[in-house]
Amino acid sequence: MMPSLDLTLTAQQQKFREDLRQWLASSGLESWRAEMARKKTLEERFAHSLTWQKNVFEGGWAGVAWPKEYGGRGATLMEQAIFLEEMARAQAPPLANVIGIGLVGPTIIACGTEEQKKRFLPGILSGNEIWCQGFSEPGAGSDLAALTTSARRDGDYFVVNGHKVWTSFGWVADWNAMLVRTDAEAAKHKGLTYLLIDMKSPGVKVRPLRQMTGESEFTEVFFDDVRVPAANVLGDVNDGWRVAISTLMHERNTLGASLHITFARQFRQLVERGRTVMKNGKPALEDPVIRQKLAQCYAEIEIFRLTQMRALTRVDKSGVPGPEGSILKMFWSEYNQRFQQVASELLGPYAQLTEECPDAPDGGQWAYGFLRTRGNTIEAGTSEIQRNIVAQFVLGLPKSY
Amino acid sequence: MRFELSDTQQLLKSSARKFLQKECPMAEVRRIMETPAPYDANLWRQMAEQGWTGILFAEDYGGMGLGMVETAAMMEEMGRALLPGPFLATVPMAGVLLDTAGNEELKKIYLSRIGSGESRAAVAVQEEDAAWGWQQVQLSASGGGDALRLHGSKRFVQDAGVADFLLVVARGGRGLTLALVERAAEGLSVQPMAGIDLTRRLYSVQCNATPAVLVATGEAAERALERMSLLANAALVAEMLGGMQRVLEISVEYAKTRKQFGKPIGQFQAIQHKCADMVLMVEALRSAAYYAAYAIDHGLEEAQAAVSTAKSYASEAYREVGNHGIQIHGGMGFTWESDLHLYYRRAKASEILLGDAAWHREQIARLVLD
Ligand SMILES: Cc1cc2nc3c(=O)[nH]c(=O)nc-3n(C[C@H](O)[C@H](O)[C@H](O)COP(=O)(O)OP(=O)(O)OC[C@H]3O[C@@H](n4cnc5c(N)ncnc54)[C@H](O)[C@@H]3O)c2cc1C
Repeated sequence: MMPSLDLTLTAQQQKFREDLRQWLASSGLESWRAEMARKKTLEERFAHSLTWQKNVFEGGWAGVAWPKEYGGRGATLMEQAIFLEEMARAQAPPLANVIGIGLVGPTIIACGTEEQKKRFLPGILSGNEIWCQGFSEPGAGSDLAALTTSARRDGDYFVVNGHKVWTSFGWVADWNAMLVRTDAEAAKHKGLTYLLIDMKSPGVKVRPLRQMTGESEFTEVFFDDVRVPAANVLGDVNDGWRVAISTLMHERNTLGASLHITFARQFRQLVERGRTVMKNGKPALEDPVIRQKLAQCYAEIEIFRLTQMRALTRVDKSGVPGPEGSILKMFWSEYNQRFQQVASELLGPYAQLTEECPDAPDGGQWAYGFLRTRGNTIEAGTSEIQRNIVAQFVLGLPKSY
Repeated sequence: MRFELSDTQQLLKSSARKFLQKECPMAEVRRIMETPAPYDANLWRQMAEQGWTGILFAEDYGGMGLGMVETAAMMEEMGRALLPGPFLATVPMAGVLLDTAGNEELKKIYLSRIGSGESRAAVAVQEEDAAWGWQQVQLSASGGGDALRLHGSKRFVQDAGVADFLLVVARGGRGLTLALVERAAEGLSVQPMAGIDLTRRLYSVQCNATPAVLVATGEAAERALERMSLLANAALVAEMLGGMQRVLEISVEYAKTRKQFGKPIGQFQAIQHKCADMVLMVEALRSAAYYAAYAIDHGLEEAQAAVSTAKSYASEAYREVGNHGIQIHGGMGFTWESDLHLYYRRAKASEILLGDAAWHREQIARLVLD
């Protein structure tokens, strides 16, 4: 047969996975996982995942594809994907510094100066410095470039004033990767700057925002004459849009990398439930409608996994994620919502029970998932914005707005 | 890990595209489709000369001995061109059945005829109840050896009208029976069943004590049918993918040029989002279709689930892409002159062929739930 598309791991990738599995086996993962299950609040879970991250960092596994000189492992993007998959498969706690590792770090690697890389990257990986991302504002969500938080030059400093919203991890972050306006006269995309702001600076105020699930993953952050060293500009002044786009593409790609493993696990979990939940006097798994819907979920998880592999092949060759990331983001976020609805239908009246109720299946995760997944088609760019991106940048259709 | 076609596979695919653009443009598709039994002998001969009709089979039978991934790449181009005629029925269906179940002698005669392009063939499975599958087959086989005879009727037999021989699924003394019938055999009648797809026709087949050659019985017959179902579905979804890709391209092109309210309709978001959804479906199926082919080539345990994943998705997605494409074209999309309905007709026929979405989802359910 001709040389063909090849979905097996290379010897090097296999070794990478073996090494990782060995490390995981010796890491006492069981008790980390059990401990995580006992953590009830967002704060407790965060603290636990932070100690886990430090452990992963010391083991040399944080920042798999990051350069070695900044604390990374210097491996390939493909190996990074293997890492994410393995961690998800092992149900390891997440690494606490989600935004730092997934978004800010890669952006600093791509656009930062040598000093910035040395200064910030190791702290991101070790978890010593937690990051958040301050892009959205009350008046600027999808239309991100309309943001008004201003940064006025004052000698070696910028003075920042404004209001950011929906800042995930704002309540615990040491640093904020911000998009600010440095030139109010320029066209809206041309007057923006990407600025790294110390959250302990005088004039920064954080307030939790409660979301529909009842928790507060995100916050609003106020800036009142906050002085930021000019050395904290990432990329060039007024070139922040280009830097931010690079972040957003990473966001779309990294967010999804290991999700199919999580989806497959939740699917299996629901199938197990379906053996005992009864429909019309028979196990739900024997119900023809439920069977059709579960099979559809299975097919979609598989298709998502495979499409992810194709995207990874491209990123591995070119080094940069492209607008195709939008297709993946549309696919998984909308799938996840459909899946939760199928779960709901399978579980029947029990689906609505929350964690406070001892009768709730799986500790109330289905009622929670039903609500939480509504955020999936909003966070990291709404489904509508993703479709605009595909139309404009994949298909070359004229801008619609 | 590399999930993309290799350079050689790409080359094969692009030369197939060039060939079909030249030899089978839409004008030619329309000409062939107006003939009583859509098939063009000259085109078939040229395809055979390039080895297409033997793509999957060993060189002993005039084949190229390539894999399913290469076959999928070719089928994608055929679907894109809306190639009329019995390729699917002949090669991934009849050819694979013979290749799997036939003895050396049968293969030397009949498979070689397929590989060389001398013969076209069809597979007769479904009957009046129209169910896909061979569990309920009623058509009976009597006698044995030289006296094997078939009695009964078949429905929905793809391209039987241009087939030189048929592979018929029957039930006989030794259970499930796979028999080969020459087109000229006595007591064989083949009648058109006018269907929605104009480029590939359906027929009913009547066997009235029709002499036949035994190919396989029992488990061997069943295994061969299962393998055919796997490979033919993998070929079909790749073909559907090609059609979907073409409908997307035609529609995006139209959205860029058709103007209303002083601007290209492709500037309206309602149109853009339809286009984006079409891209999503095309890319999703591309992943599923090539993985199915890959899983078959590598004998993966997941091959069956992968094929049913692809076919259940393709069955809905091709139709939906067609819906969007027609809507984007407005009144123009509703005309006979537009090529869209030709693809749309193919989409509907392909959706039903070899098991519809619900049938394949039930296969998945059996594999992953039970
Ligand atoms: C759980 C969660 C976590 C988040 N975390 C962060 C974070 O850490 N940092 C951060 O900066 N932001 C964060 N966000 C904010 C998120 O990026 C924005 O909510 C998102 O970009 C949408 O902006 P918006 O909320 O202002 O909605 P709007 O932009 O007002 O959109 C409202 C509706 O209008 C539609 N719409 C808007 N413009 C268009 C258009 N051009 N074409 C078609 N439809 C359009 C949208 O799709 C949406 O349906 C988070 C959001 C969520 C839900």
